[in-house]
Amino acid sequence: MSLARRWSFSLLLLLAAACRDQSTEAPASGAGGTATASGGGATIGAALSLTGAAASYGALQRAGIQAGVEQVNGGGGPKLNVLIEDDASTKEQGITVFQKFINRDRVSAILGPTLSNTASAADPLAQQAKVPVLAISNTAPTGITDIGNYIWRDSLTEAQVIPGALKKAQEKLDFKTAGVLYGNDDVFTKAGYDVMQKALADLAVKVLGTQTFAKPDRDYNAQLTALIGLKPDVLVVSALADNASSIVAQARQRGWTGPILGGNGFNSPAFIKNAGAAAEGVMVGTSWNSLSQDPANQKFLEAMKKGGVNPDQFSAQAYTGVIILAEAIKQAGGKTGREDIVAGLAKVKDLDTPLGKFSFTPGRDAQHEPSVQQVKDGKFQIVQ
Amino acid sequence: MGQQVLNGIFLGSIYALFAVGYTLVFGVLDILNLAHQAVFMLAAFIALALVADAHLSLWVALPAAVLAGGAIGIVLERVAFRPLRGRADSNISGLISSLAMATVFEAIALQIFGPDISRFPPGTFPDRVVRIGAATASLLQLCIVGISVVLMAVLTLLLARSRLGRQIRAVAESPRAARIVGIDVDRAIAMAFFLSSALGGAAGVLFGLAFNSISPDVGRGVELKGLAVIILGGMGSVPGAVIAGFALGLIEVFTVAHLGSSFRDAVSFAVLFFVLIARPRGLFGRAAAREA
Repeated sequence: MSLARRWSFSLLLLLAAACRDQSTEAPASGAGGTATASGGGATIGAALSLTGAAASYGALQRAGIQAGVEQVNGGGGPKLNVLIEDDASTKEQGITVFQKFINRDRVSAILGPTLSNTASAADPLAQQAKVPVLAISNTAPTGITDIGNYIWRDSLTEAQVIPGALKKAQEKLDFKTAGVLYGNDDVFTKAGYDVMQKALADLAVKVLGTQTFAKPDRDYNAQLTALIGLKPDVLVVSALADNASSIVAQARQRGWTGPILGGNGFNSPAFIKNAGAAAEGVMVGTSWNSLSQDPANQKFLEAMKKGGVNPDQFSAQAYTGVIILAEAIKQAGGKTGREDIVAGLAKVKDLDTPLGKFSFTPGRDAQHEPSVQQVKDGKFQIVQ
Repeated sequence: MGQQVLNGIFLGSIYALFAVGYTLVFGVLDILNLAHQAVFMLAAFIALALVADAHLSLWVALPAAVLAGGAIGIVLERVAFRPLRGRADSNISGLISSLAMATVFEAIALQIFGPDISRFPPGTFPDRVVRIGAATASLLQLCIVGISVVLMAVLTLLLARSRLGRQIRAVAESPRAARIVGIDVDRAIAMAFFLSSALGGAAGVLFGLAFNSISPDVGRGVELKGLAVIILGGMGSVPGAVIAGFALGLIEVFTVAHLGSSFRDAVSFAVLFFVLIARPRGLFGRAAAREA
């Protein structure tokens, strides 16, 4: 008897939940048109990974966006109101956040999401609803901006950064053989691997062995032992920061003293903090030259210093995203509709940003000069 | 080769320690305690908090976290299992209520420690590398294998020789008969949970130290592996769990190194599948169903 009662109770709960879902989604069905900003400003949604596997990037992206908004709103430009939501580093949560931005908040444009993996699932919703998305950290070469004409990005892809970084590393370190380790369950780390493989072949570096891991893995001893046993000149790793720090630490424990070259996932102060002394000497390609003396970069550094934040590539790209959206609105004559912003983005050219002179490629990808950095004394230092 | 064997033994020692506690409760109650992985996770977090926030030495934090794990086990037994005991469907309802407790424990950890990966502060354990022939192992890895083996040996002795061990074994055989000869069945079961969860907690702390990344969902992967280990070893058999744990650790390491990480679980479970076809009761399973 009591079992039946419990069942009916849980059914009731489920029903109630379903009803609530429906009521929040209800206004969505009527939407679909262009957003018109109220009060003479633009509402921008930012989907960032504040929790989950990519949380170490999300925190700095938030700082970058906040600094960018302060900059824009203080400069007499169009007023921006940015709503920041957590995509939890997952596709599912990313989709939920996008739906909220598109249908409930009726934003003019969306910044993010943090991971290419999430973007590959969430961006199609924005494309369908004709809401412009400016990706500020997606680096998978394919599957992002080719979703459609509403998807743009200010982050250089792995294909734009890694070949140059490996070439520079080879000039410095003179290696001929490599062992490769990559995450094969993530769009970004897999894409990074594809680029690395091609770049290594172009440099005539022989890949002695390739190993894989999955994001939830904690133990990389088996893979590292197999790779180190082949005695390569360098280890090349494509991983997100959380995995990357454990991989580097375990590689050093397994006795690896040679150089380690990383993909874009290593570009986070969290990587250095968690890997500790093991991170020393790790080399990574980067989109942002922290030493650049350009006024735009100095202004950014100052803003971050004021906020007490140690800036990285991700905060620079996030900050740049806000500057680009403001420029797009300016190019559109101050109009903040969704179509106006798309038209404005197309006109952004040689814009001064912390990343350098910024333009979009015809494929709506970012175009500017990359650099290479290396961990020295617990800090990323640009390799000249 | 030698290095990979060492990696396998190292991983296997943690699996075995986890599974020994898992199988102990199964042997006594015929119930799968699906909250075992949550105790594993909570103990790891408790040790982390004691080291990172209370600045205690690891050698104080480790036993404290193990005892805390045991205490959580007693709570678990009181809340999730004892109220259901004696019901006709207690096997399945116990399984479900332990699943609920696992969810509660994970939610608590999420509240307190957040969803991100937490790490022991650097220097928690001296960073020393030891050479064994051509292979290397860190001092930490050797200690982990050592601690696991000692704990498992202590449990085996306890079960075989002590008064408590005899009581637990009697209850496993037949709770009714045990009660007739004057054994406090409730107490014996509570003690089995204490031992089981203390060992699970020890495995959690060692796992956290070994791979230095703890999150509220850290136990889930190990739980599935633990389940495979106790089925492979023969449900309820402690020596079976030990041997199967080491076997699975070795299988996993060689699978990853030679077939790729995507096959990590596929091969482990394929082995399980074929062992069960050949020996339905597992490697060390008891001969026949007991007569109640």
